[in-house]
Amino acid sequence: MRRSRTVALTAAAAAAVLIVTGCSSGTKSSDTSSSGTSAAGGADAATKNIVNASDKKGGTVTYEMKGTPDSFDPGNTYYAYIYNFSRLYGRPLTTFNPAAGEDGNKLVPDLAENMGQPSADGLTWTYKLRAGLKYDDGTPITSKDVKYAVERSNFAPDVNSNGPTYFKELLVDNPTPYEGPYKDKTGDLKSIETPDDLTIVFHLKHAFADFDYLVSAPQTVPVPQAKDDGANYVKHVVSSGTYKFESYDDGKQLTLVPNTNWDKSTDPIRKQLADKIVVKMGIEQSTIDKDLIAGNAQVDLVGGGVDPQTQAQILQNQKLKASTDNAYGGRLVYTAINTKVAPFDNIECRKAVQYAIDKTSVQLTLGGPIRGAIANTVLPPDIPGHQDFNTWETKDNKGDLDKAKAALKACGKPDGFNTVLTARTERDPEVQAATAIQAALKKIGVNAEIQKFPQGKYFSDNAGVPQFTQDHNIGLMMMQWGADWPTGYGFLQQIVDGRAIKASGNSNLAQLNDPDINKLIDDAATNTDKAAREKIYAQIDKKVMDQAVYVPLTDFKVFLYRPDSATNLASTPAFSGEYDYLNIGTTK
Amino acid sequence: MFAYIIRRTFAALLLILVVSAVTFAIFFLLPRIAGETSDQLAAQYIGKNPSPEAIAAVKKNLGFDQPLYSQYWNFLKGLVGGAEYKFGPDPVTCHVPCFGYSFKNHLEVWPELTKRIPVTLSLAIGAAVLWLVSGVTTGVISALKPRSIFDRLAMGVALAGVSLPVFFTGALLLTVFSYEWPILDNLQYVNFTDDPIMWARNLILPWISLAFLYSALYARLTRAGMLETMSEDYIRTARAKGLVERKVVTRHGLRAALTPVVTIFGMDLGLLLGGALITEQVFSLQGIGAFAVQAIADNDLPKILGVTLLAAFFIVVCNLVVDLLYALVDPRVRLS
Repeated sequence: MRRSRTVALTAAAAAAVLIVTGCSSGTKSSDTSSSGTSAAGGADAATKNIVNASDKKGGTVTYEMKGTPDSFDPGNTYYAYIYNFSRLYGRPLTTFNPAAGEDGNKLVPDLAENMGQPSADGLTWTYKLRAGLKYDDGTPITSKDVKYAVERSNFAPDVNSNGPTYFKELLVDNPTPYEGPYKDKTGDLKSIETPDDLTIVFHLKHAFADFDYLVSAPQTVPVPQAKDDGANYVKHVVSSGTYKFESYDDGKQLTLVPNTNWDKSTDPIRKQLADKIVVKMGIEQSTIDKDLIAGNAQVDLVGGGVDPQTQAQILQNQKLKASTDNAYGGRLVYTAINTKVAPFDNIECRKAVQYAIDKTSVQLTLGGPIRGAIANTVLPPDIPGHQDFNTWETKDNKGDLDKAKAALKACGKPDGFNTVLTARTERDPEVQAATAIQAALKKIGVNAEIQKFPQGKYFSDNAGVPQFTQDHNIGLMMMQWGADWPTGYGFLQQIVDGRAIKASGNSNLAQLNDPDINKLIDDAATNTDKAAREKIYAQIDKKVMDQAVYVPLTDFKVFLYRPDSATNLASTPAFSGEYDYLNIGTTK
Repeated sequence: MFAYIIRRTFAALLLILVVSAVTFAIFFLLPRIAGETSDQLAAQYIGKNPSPEAIAAVKKNLGFDQPLYSQYWNFLKGLVGGAEYKFGPDPVTCHVPCFGYSFKNHLEVWPELTKRIPVTLSLAIGAAVLWLVSGVTTGVISALKPRSIFDRLAMGVALAGVSLPVFFTGALLLTVFSYEWPILDNLQYVNFTDDPIMWARNLILPWISLAFLYSALYARLTRAGMLETMSEDYIRTARAKGLVERKVVTRHGLRAALTPVVTIFGMDLGLLLGGALITEQVFSLQGIGAFAVQAIADNDLPKILGVTLLAAFFIVVCNLVVDLLYALVDPRVRLS
């Protein structure tokens, strides 16, 4: 689950202020969009188009961030904003089109000349690299370096421990398990072949239709083996993109300068506009916001949105409001209902919860409409394939006590029952949302005791351990989920596929294991027709909602300030609503 | 005097050892008592995606499979002799003094700390000078003219200073002087040796916000002490023998009144050197405090452990210095 941690923190703080300001903001936005078409384009302009589109060269683009990232090393990161940013100095095989809204979800070839060529059985994927690619030192980029990049990022978890290991799980392993390039200096992973310097072939254990999305991860950014010194590689990453490392001071600052060996003719999507790119780390969020407004900085690297105080300030000022983007963050906030804990093994009792919850009050605790739109489906609206429907509809989403009580009766528990509802201690809005749900359930006689667990152990020791939930009568669990790549498969598989249930670190919290749904997942994984796949995802979504195992609460949204001094800003759903960082320049 | 210094230094060293043992116990013993397995303990040292291989590597490197006393011994040994960790075939050296090694981003903790010490040192010492001078001066003047307009005004401002937290005054100063009227904009730490003027310019707002908080306390302390000593018999004697009032106040009055001020000062400065958490956060200064906050947010135990030890060290040292200073400040104190 590649997501930004600061979102949780800002949302936590946001809740306090937004209960007051958030409700009114929703109505305000409608009257600004017509009047606020300034040079900056008006509110939410960058969710539809590229704002301040320009080819002006020169200047320094300053990024500021709260805290520090897990790593700038493309092979050792799991944050969406580094996936986004690292493309300035590293080209993965494929990447997302730098555009706003739906166009931003479009996958395009990057280091590769074309999208992958799957074999008829879907088990082999072949990519051809573009000709004439060079690193910043002028040496040619070969397919062996891509192979090496996948090996070091997936098979050396003791050195590069941050990133996900999808390739390791998906690629056929050697007869004696491959130990990674640091331990096994002479061997390699046999299931990645490089017949020549421009061709790379992946052999999969099972068919996987989203493979083109998987190779868009920075883990396929080429790394020359001779330059890789493991954990220290982050200090001098070798560039294949438009910019290269000039200096790197861990936890403080990264400076990038144009890579003179990058050749425009090999790269249809990138521009090389700024003379310099500076990333300042460890900056207080309110300072970042002020710097964005004052024009001292162009981008908040983390892209989780402004501070609650700044948000309140912006919402009261029409001119500032016109320079904001309120975009979906590709993430669903929901309550999972545990089908393995009585009485929730009975669908009627699950229906009672679906009907009882007042989603509007939950939305308020989560920061109001600006921080999340009320959700009724599992797939968020910014994921292709999403269809609008509402299986357990209640008037104005406020809950329906009569229907809920009727369902309880059908469940054989007319007087209600006791259960446990879990939430993560550090996530204040989540705890408050749980409290709102507790209050709603109380009205139908269901007593939900709230138990809080630290987020670091939520999946490893508590909610993510089915045995633990059974032992502790945990029937309801607060949860958030975002996909690692914007497809129905990427979003749904881990949380609805019965075969994804794990004894620890489980994400399918409902322990939903429906043969029909599992089969649909397989159908989607092997279907090479994108439109057909998207139909299947909507079908899965409906089936999951029919089972009443998940109560969708809100589709998370970010609230970004869009500085006038930055050019080519487009909020993209491919990176959680962040601006696409590929071509941002400055007017300064 | 010399013997006293030796004795106190030795005691301070012992204290640091005790602190290290307690800190070690908090991080390594308590989780065990709470029933955590060494696997769970090791998992906390890795990023958000702990794989069995990574856990095994950390367990081996930190010796979680060994008895506790030998873990502590290794920890102490690392402090004075460095340590070596193994990831694959290439060993990573953690140089002396090994305050720990962050497995999350593969960095030694000590160099990270030393990089940040100048920032915190600049912040703490600059603010300390400011609040000592302003606090003690106002305190003395207030005490010499009790219930005067100056006294009342000064004590009123002092009350406000104690009551207003840094995250308020700091944010206010930033908003006014960095953004509304950008006289002091683009604040970021510059090394004193690189550019002393920029160094001072960029630190003046943090100094003022910190000093405002502390000087209030010092003004009140000094005032109370001065009021008391100025009514002592020996002050009357000093005046009777014809000493000029300035000398009576500074040589006889203030010296005696300063003793409690110096005691508190040692504590305060020691604490600040361990990291002015809020001030550093508000002004985005990359000091020890910001480091600690980040380490806690990331749940990066080796970093937290290192910063705790360093903070303890500063407090112990500052207290030692204060004890030695007593003799200089107050002639009634004899070190023997």
